[in-house]
Amino acid sequence: MTKEMLTGNAAAAWGVRLAEVDYIPAYPITPQTEIIETLAKWISAGVLDARFVTVDSEHSMITAAGAASATGVRVFTATSSQGLLYGFEMLYAVAGWRVPLVMVNVSRGLSAPITLEPDHNDILAARDSGFLQIHCETCQEVLDSILMAYRLAEDERVLLPVFVNMDGFHLSFTREPVEIPDLEKAKMFLPAYQPRHAFFKASQPMAQGVAVIGGPAYSYFKYQMHLASIKALEVYNEASKEFGKIFGRSHNTIEGYMIDDAEYILVMINSFSTLGKAAIKEARAKDIKAGLLKLRLLRPFPESDIVKAIKGAKAAAVVDQNISVGKGGILHSEIAGAICNQKDKPLLLSFIGGLGGKNISPQEFEFIIDCMVKAADTGEIPAPRLLYTETEWKEMDRLKKMAGKL
Amino acid sequence: MDVIPIKSIKDIPTEEDIFPGTPTCAGCGGLLALRHCLKALGKKVIIVNAAGCFTLLSIYPFTPFQNSWLYTAIACAPAGAQGVRDALDILIRKGRLDPEEDLKVVVLTGDGAAYDIGLASTSGAIYRNLDFYYICYDNEAYGNTGFQWSGATPFASKTGTTPAGRISPTGTELSKKNLFEIWRSHKPPYLATISPAHPVDLINKFKKAEQYKGPKLFINLSPCPPGWATDPSHSAMFAKLAVDTGIWALKEAICGDVRHTFVPKKFRPVEEYLKGQGRFAHLFKPVRQEEILAKIQEMVVQYWNEVQDNESIKK
Repeated sequence: MTKEMLTGNAAAAWGVRLAEVDYIPAYPITPQTEIIETLAKWISAGVLDARFVTVDSEHSMITAAGAASATGVRVFTATSSQGLLYGFEMLYAVAGWRVPLVMVNVSRGLSAPITLEPDHNDILAARDSGFLQIHCETCQEVLDSILMAYRLAEDERVLLPVFVNMDGFHLSFTREPVEIPDLEKAKMFLPAYQPRHAFFKASQPMAQGVAVIGGPAYSYFKYQMHLASIKALEVYNEASKEFGKIFGRSHNTIEGYMIDDAEYILVMINSFSTLGKAAIKEARAKDIKAGLLKLRLLRPFPESDIVKAIKGAKAAAVVDQNISVGKGGILHSEIAGAICNQKDKPLLLSFIGGLGGKNISPQEFEFIIDCMVKAADTGEIPAPRLLYTETEWKEMDRLKKMAGKL
Repeated sequence: MDVIPIKSIKDIPTEEDIFPGTPTCAGCGGLLALRHCLKALGKKVIIVNAAGCFTLLSIYPFTPFQNSWLYTAIACAPAGAQGVRDALDILIRKGRLDPEEDLKVVVLTGDGAAYDIGLASTSGAIYRNLDFYYICYDNEAYGNTGFQWSGATPFASKTGTTPAGRISPTGTELSKKNLFEIWRSHKPPYLATISPAHPVDLINKFKKAEQYKGPKLFINLSPCPPGWATDPSHSAMFAKLAVDTGIWALKEAICGDVRHTFVPKKFRPVEEYLKGQGRFAHLFKPVRQEEILAKIQEMVVQYWNEVQDNESIKK
């Protein structure tokens, strides 16, 4: 084991290297490109025995990845934002093929307006595709999650592709100390891929991805995917335990931060959770019993873990770094769905922030926590809030003035 | 070249690789050609299919093939072929698959996929010199959706989206996209047009193609009774007429060098091909559209004049 300062992208590449991936179809897009460049460099240097091919689009890339996985090799690929949407049709297709490939998405806001910094509308658009989704806060989580993702995907009780998500720039280009496991230990955790359900060879012809006619046949296969995904919760927990035994650290479906006695809970995901945690510390210093719930596994949705974690709290605020235009925060709806039939459920507040990488300042977190306290006191729940500071508003005014619009 | 060409249809293997009873339309010219193609390719094959009529060949839990099959989507069968080919190569190189288990990777697409939406992924695969076969069953329109205009639709054909009417008496105003030349510009080792009415020519082209590593590409003109509005029993006849009138040129290009493999001794007038097809009926009724008919004939004459110039210069 060695410890190195790695970017999120480099940590992803290390996860792929330790998984001894066979095949990497690729297509460049910011801020993901460092991953595929690192892998290409290692293949060229002979330290990773894989085939790398740059194809003509993300649509082709996901197709090639799925087809190779259906032939029986271990496959990795990565994309981001516009690229994910360009290949979108094939996400559903390869998930339906039940191929256990792993794909990193480096989150980035979606056009228009075209931008570079992160929010989660890209990865959440893929929420219902059949891919499992693991979301990362730290560079260490990125590396570890890739090993866990293969373990999960290739388990015969699951056989679904997995997304590992990290935030563009904020994690992809941020260096953090990362423990790089020994290859031998990685292999103990993740044995070589032995496909028993999907392969192509002359002696055993197989038709894959075939059409069905009629709702019953279609529903039959869709329900199977759903049940396999739900089963993945149990498989995830097994894998997480064994990961802990081998590597001395583990990552659960959710992470609670100062949550055990918390009365006010922030619900967050990915790298902005770090900002949320700092705000919780501040609140605790002021004797507010605040805590944070970070979602790591989003599909399958760890509903009972979430319910348990926030049960008994006075209020919870979901900070959505995404926007379902005309509805609001996507995760807010998911959490609301999870707790709606529970007794002893907290009041649930909705905030949207961090779109296109917009910062969420300590003052905004303070405001969110304050809203929770007030809601608990009065029983009145404020309308969903779109976080935006006065400084940011004034800056937009300044830009509009420059553009001659004010 | 050690390829010994077959001389007659008696030399075509009688064993069938595709079982009867598929859901394709009666008289499907694409299926007729595919049957011959598979006889030439043998059993160690995986077909990577793009959305189109032939998607319906394999419907759970049935497949008419003795070989493997992967359905992808409309735009990306060549990318699927890339993934399969690369994976087979990796498995063999790493000793995880017996080389005896290797497969020929065959893309199967209609003209909508080949000429339009899948052109980028096809270009990519050819450019990367992917070792694969590509069979386009070209019925000159989006057939599976009920015959709408595609980049392969010829001038003056009527389709669901280019109907002939008072304002647009021609039907399709544009000419068929020259996919052969688009592909040829990539310099694949082997490229050919084929016809279900010329099975000996077809089989010999596959035999020749087999010697080359890299893209081996085939465009088959596929009579389509429901779309062309023809009698299913006339498909072979129309396929033959397309060649005999010079409308469908049987040719090949080896590493870019074009050669016509069948030149009719005497070209029949294009009208003989057009007349019996409902998609061209508006050229004859209620009035004969002489200008359009003359233009189609002229296009054919011009094509073959150029062929004569080019190929005689080479000699």
